[in-house]
Amino acid sequence: MAQLDLRELNATEFPIPAEMQGNVAITSLSKVYNWSRRSSMWPMLFGLACCAIEMIATAAARYDLSRFGMEVMRASPRQSDLMIVSGTVTKKMVVPIVRLYNQMPEPKYVLAMGACASGGGPFKEGYNVVSGIDMFIPVDVYVPGCPPTPQALLYGLIALQKKIDGQSLANLDDVPWYGVGPSEPTPIPILGPDIIDPRQMDLIRRQAQLAAEGKPHTVREIPAPMKVAQVQQVPAKTQPAASAGDDPAKAERLAKREAALASKKEAEGGTAQAVAEAPAPAAAPDAQPKKKFDKQAMLDKIRERKGN
Amino acid sequence: MTDNALIEKVDVKGAIAALKEKFPEAVKDDSRQGYSGIIVDRKQLVEVARAIKDDFGFDYLSSATAVDYHGIADEMEMVYHAYRISGGPALVFKAQTPRNNAEIPSLIDVWPGADFQEREAWDLYGIKFPGHPSLKRILLWEGFNGHPMRKDWKEAYYEEDHKPFGSRWPGGWIRRAEELNVYGKNVSYPADFDLSKLSDRSEETLYNDLGLGVTVQEMGGSSSLKTDRLVVNMGPHHPSTHGVFRMIVTINGETIETLEPVMGYLHRNHEKIGERNTFLHNMPFTDRLDYLSSMGNNVGYALAVEQLLSQNARFQKPNYRAEVIRVLMSELTRIVNHYWAIGFLLNDLGAFFTPALYAIAEREKILDLFEATAGSRMMCNYMRFGGVAKDLPERLRSVAVKANDMVRDYNTMDYLTELINERIPRSIDELDNYLSESEIIKERTVGVGYLSPEMAVAYSTAGPLLRASGVPYDVRRADPYSIYPELDFDVAVRYNGDIYDRYLIRLDEMRESVRILKQILPRLEKTRNENPVPPKQHTPRVPLGESYGRVENPKGELGYYVVSAGDEKGPQNPWRYHVRAPSFINLTALGPMSVGHKVADVVAILGSIDIVLGETDR
Amino acid sequence: MYGKGIVNGLWVTFTHFFNTYIDDIRYAGRKYLRQENFEVRQGLKTQGAFTVQYPDEKLAVPERFRFVPFLVTEDQDPAHVGEDWCTSCGICAKVCPPQCIWIVRGSDPKTGRPVPQPEAFFIDIDICMNCGFCAEFCPFDAIKMDHNYELASYDRTHHHIHDKPHLSKPHTYWKTIAPTTALEEAVERGGWEHSDTLKGMKKAGQQAVAPTKENMFPVQVAPVAVAETPAKQERPAKPEAAPVEAKPAAPATEASAADAPKKPKFDKQAMLAKIREKKGG
Repeated sequence: MAQLDLRELNATEFPIPAEMQGNVAITSLSKVYNWSRRSSMWPMLFGLACCAIEMIATAAARYDLSRFGMEVMRASPRQSDLMIVSGTVTKKMVVPIVRLYNQMPEPKYVLAMGACASGGGPFKEGYNVVSGIDMFIPVDVYVPGCPPTPQALLYGLIALQKKIDGQSLANLDDVPWYGVGPSEPTPIPILGPDIIDPRQMDLIRRQAQLAAEGKPHTVREIPAPMKVAQVQQVPAKTQPAASAGDDPAKAERLAKREAALASKKEAEGGTAQAVAEAPAPAAAPDAQPKKKFDKQAMLDKIRERKGN
Repeated sequence: MTDNALIEKVDVKGAIAALKEKFPEAVKDDSRQGYSGIIVDRKQLVEVARAIKDDFGFDYLSSATAVDYHGIADEMEMVYHAYRISGGPALVFKAQTPRNNAEIPSLIDVWPGADFQEREAWDLYGIKFPGHPSLKRILLWEGFNGHPMRKDWKEAYYEEDHKPFGSRWPGGWIRRAEELNVYGKNVSYPADFDLSKLSDRSEETLYNDLGLGVTVQEMGGSSSLKTDRLVVNMGPHHPSTHGVFRMIVTINGETIETLEPVMGYLHRNHEKIGERNTFLHNMPFTDRLDYLSSMGNNVGYALAVEQLLSQNARFQKPNYRAEVIRVLMSELTRIVNHYWAIGFLLNDLGAFFTPALYAIAEREKILDLFEATAGSRMMCNYMRFGGVAKDLPERLRSVAVKANDMVRDYNTMDYLTELINERIPRSIDELDNYLSESEIIKERTVGVGYLSPEMAVAYSTAGPLLRASGVPYDVRRADPYSIYPELDFDVAVRYNGDIYDRYLIRLDEMRESVRILKQILPRLEKTRNENPVPPKQHTPRVPLGESYGRVENPKGELGYYVVSAGDEKGPQNPWRYHVRAPSFINLTALGPMSVGHKVADVVAILGSIDIVLGETDR
Repeated sequence: MYGKGIVNGLWVTFTHFFNTYIDDIRYAGRKYLRQENFEVRQGLKTQGAFTVQYPDEKLAVPERFRFVPFLVTEDQDPAHVGEDWCTSCGICAKVCPPQCIWIVRGSDPKTGRPVPQPEAFFIDIDICMNCGFCAEFCPFDAIKMDHNYELASYDRTHHHIHDKPHLSKPHTYWKTIAPTTALEEAVERGGWEHSDTLKGMKKAGQQAVAPTKENMFPVQVAPVAVAETPAKQERPAKPEAAPVEAKPAAPATEASAADAPKKPKFDKQAMLAKIREKKGG
């Protein structure tokens, strides 16, 4: 997979003066850098659950990870480049995982293997299960499946290699480890009465305050299932207008959602309007989107900070 | 292990009658519909248990688990299943306690194997066990809010008590659970949560119990040699812990003084989710218990539910072909598992990956069969109540769809014949030839991690661990199920009780499995025209009652304790779904086995128990 | 003699090592990218396990293989092209163990009464456990387990909730990936058509064509080549990250070229527009 195309190598982002062309081959440093990095990805030798067995099967004779330069599974995070989160992340286990992630030297990549590591998987509803490792550490590639077959994992690893290939040394977003100063470690969650993410302290404090004031402390309350009509009457115009300004990712998501809503309305014809004015779900459309909205923005901000 | 031959002749009914005579006030029949066994007054539980063990010879405590009857009665109960190591059915006894201030005396003095199971009941149900030396949380961390398996405890993503959830259909606009939670993450706090008192108590508690800090001991009087007593942490991500298992060892010099297993790093709440699922929903979840032998897990769960269903006149038991296929799959699973166990035991001994590679190469061939038959390499989800999901395919054939897809096409019976008669025996012989006589392996394993037969029984260990200590206890023979009675095989036993014997017994068991499989092949041919697939039914009506289905899984005795409280019309979910996981209970013996050895040996001892964390933590 | 066991073990290792070269000589040059040799290599007659050179040669999955589910849509009957086979009865949502299926039952815009078409259908593949219950218990053969395991993505918020456009795949696709199973199901239904269509035909006195291997693919609609998944088409362009769909340019093998010739791709957008039109009107 690792053929280096020499013609591409010469096509750099810098203009080459005419007299230089033909005399000097200016290679793009990024290309060499990326090629060497992605061809010697050393995963960390640790497995969490069922997916770990498929990960080992991938490393074994039949699928042979060493064809990708990844067979050197290091037991120490200090020597590894890639963390394959292979299995269900429990609240108890996320603490060591974040610690291990912090111990990995940069550049470091994370691959979430399987449904559990990506988003909680079948055990998501459980009281001790984290719904996705990306809640705590940034993930580069998600491999769905329960468990992904070795070939699916290999596909994910190739996708990761492609991602690395696309990174540019000139772009500090791609290579933040060349920024000024040491990078911030990811805060390690605390095992309190439940898992506590230090990045959410403000939010938790506010909720605790609310609880102290006797206001509804709705930790475990879940709003009644949204009716079809309720979704439709969310004013499609106001939402994106208010939010698109602060966060492009959010805007993109909202735009998508708006499109979906529009298409639905189209399908529904004129009835949507009529249903929207129905009195049934009182107050909910006003209160709920706003509240939810706050939280979303907050989360996005957190994610943004985490991303950096 | 009892030596009183007369007592052996008393069957379970006789034992219960004698117990009622001996303890007229404390023992009464469990007369609830669909239940069996006796209810023991908790005040006299220890005496009764002693009598059950010493006077009537029920020396093997298979399972001890709690049930919360909140909503039916205001009490919780502990259910114990005691067996005779010589075989036969269980004596089931229960002790009840009110839900507030739940207390049941510990049986750890009678059966040391109750240790972890009682800690689990404390952790998940909040039942206190006076007399237990270290009643700490085992799966969750110290400081966790509440006891989650109680019926009135609700988690962050709580939706409804029973599946299917109403929000999925007909108005199922998708909402991710994390978007519903107020904090946006999977979090729940007690109502009186005080942020200022927030601290991570879990680690402190762990280490405080061990007396953290270095104590210097003088060795002998005149010698000036001083050793330090050190606490060393191993895991949870240590590569040799077979997953996310953690051990905290106290060493004196290099010798281990105590070993404290810490688990729960893969506690995926199988039982809580299982009580919300319908009976059928649990089938694919059992795949993920011991994820190396999902077929065996399926069989165990199917047996437990079929026991309940068999009260129903309309229910049809699996036909002969279904039983043949079940045995075929169980034994192939055993071979797969033992390949893995041997390969990774060698990994732990320092022969990094080469023996494992050779061992699991053959595993792939068996997984190909599983994939073509059940649809998945590991998560087979193949058994159904009353049969199997699909018959064996005519041909193991793949279909090219994508570019570069390479097709395979084999006749299933030819494939199986070749696999069972040629390949598997050949590779077992090769492993034997490769490893058994190696002096390095012998040096590392012979005499290390000794477990005496008495201790093995007392600690409720099961499977190869128990049989390598000289106790010929195998559920397939002791309490037969399926078509095992008509099959000709021996229960493999070894007598030295060390790592080397545990390695050898796995080879023996694989050979016995091959022997069984060779008898299965003609039966498969003979039943070619039978249909092993039961009529499709996604919510079978499960009658009231309890059942305990157990199978001899590769890692030991796997038991499912299932309580059905639903009637003909009510929700069809198990009231209680408990997994008696062999890996979990076998670990009880890890501490005592490791004392006196070196740290490097602990890794090998753990490897020889062959745990899988999905099952240990559930 | 002390050390004999070790020597013995080393000999086993050496034999393994040596045998790989013997095999190389035996297949000299013809070892890879050829169907017959591949079948032999992955079969039981050879010794040991042979490496699958993954992106260049993929191990085709068996018919019963299950990965995330997909919805079957009609593509044979010209009158109903693009319609879901799903009747939104909700059984798949009920039997789903981790409850990852969300269905909005369709309703007639005029009367408000439910119609046997899902209005929306979501599967969260971050929850899906690939158990196959939905496909097993669907009374209309409308939801099936896909064989496309190559679903890795860089972002899960967008790609891991499969909605109806994403899930829908024509019935021909199912017949392509699982011919035997599809035939069995069709025989059970009594024809290649949807069971409701068959019922209607029975009422009208028409006789459905008995399904056989030969009439599996009617002439007018060709089997769909499934080189790419919708997931990849819909992925938003990420400037810095190279998209996954840039497939390794490996030459198509003779086998796969023969089995699945490139055919015009199923135009989902057009189909969707049609559905919307029909519903709106």
